[in-house]
Amino acid sequence: MGDTFNIFLASILTNNIALVYILGMCPAIGVSKSIRTAVGMGSAVIFVVTLTSVINWLIYNLFLIPTESEIIALMVFIITIAATVQFVEMLLEKYIPTLYMGFGVFLPLITVNCAVLGVTLFMVLREYTFTQTFFFALGSSVGFFLAITLVAGIREKLDNIGDIPKGLQGPGIVMIILGILALGFMGFEGMVAL
Amino acid sequence: MASNWYRLAYTKPYVLLKDGIWRKNSVISSALGICSALAVTNRLENGIAMGLSVIFVVMVASITTSAIREYIPLRLRMITFMVIISTFVITIDLFFQVYYTGISRALGPYLPLIITNCLIMGRCEAFAFKNPPNFSLVDALSHGLGYTFTLLVLSAVREVLAFGTLLNISVVGEAWTNWNVMAMAPGGFFLLAIIVMIVRTIQGDIEVTDTAPAEEAVNETA
Repeated sequence: MGDTFNIFLASILTNNIALVYILGMCPAIGVSKSIRTAVGMGSAVIFVVTLTSVINWLIYNLFLIPTESEIIALMVFIITIAATVQFVEMLLEKYIPTLYMGFGVFLPLITVNCAVLGVTLFMVLREYTFTQTFFFALGSSVGFFLAITLVAGIREKLDNIGDIPKGLQGPGIVMIILGILALGFMGFEGMVAL
Repeated sequence: MASNWYRLAYTKPYVLLKDGIWRKNSVISSALGICSALAVTNRLENGIAMGLSVIFVVMVASITTSAIREYIPLRLRMITFMVIISTFVITIDLFFQVYYTGISRALGPYLPLIITNCLIMGRCEAFAFKNPPNFSLVDALSHGLGYTFTLLVLSAVREVLAFGTLLNISVVGEAWTNWNVMAMAPGGFFLLAIIVMIVRTIQGDIEVTDTAPAEEAVNETA
């Protein structure tokens, strides 16, 4: 149990998927204009990453390894992710419309979020067990949620007080914010190890 | 699907080249493909490997998409692009695993992650899906080159500052102190921000479009 808790905490703080591994930057830069959209994107990511990693773990360990077809693993993963996203979207639209409206356009966008595939690939590389995978995926996506919400909060404040040079407007200033946040997250180093 | 109304206004190859490398450079002006651009560029050799892989994948993926574009159903286009892209990414991943094991290990999961590199998806979606193969090839090449140039600049500066070497050959004097932070995430973010600022200031007259297709999609529905 201590082991899984370690993985959970480490993937949020010391090995944050957005600020240390630099994954999922497109949404982190594109969808972080207001806290509202950032929270929407973040929660959709938590949902999808956890679900797809667990499904991918099952497929990889129960089908691909026994049949020795790891070579097509990448293609299988990406199709699983796309299919899961599509399926979840239809399911939510039909049965939980309020949640569907909440996630809105974020669900389809997640298919091309590198963080989703990244979590799956890390899980394969590090040979996690089922429980470890679950907690790693949960922790990583919570870490992503944290990062994107922090960036959005800073951007909202910056819009009110900031006088940003013309060349830095748009993505430029977001990269600086991300850089400062990444520096901050380096402070967690040594707290927990993966 | 044969009508021309969606064809882009310019179709001259050199205009496409110039656009991809400079005016609409994917990393700098649209903030696409940032993940790999920052994550792997702490050494020049990684930057070169990544850049060449992306050029290869974006070119073959664009040409394939473009060649079969009239048979791809609109609703299934994303997943079709992904299957096409992942085929070539698997090829390149195996190539590096066999011939350049060291680089393959250094790049880790980032080489397979070319599949979700927004740049390639963006080219398939925005250009190859709507244009004939010859123009798609030029467009893909130019954006691939633009991406690679950005990666080369990033990784060269970072390697010198972080390790004092260039392609593993020492280029600085004895008194040099390594800037460890440049090898890690924050250094990458700051350096890319600086490059973006310089390029945008030089481009000057071009209006600052507030980018990323993700955001446009969000704004449309909001």
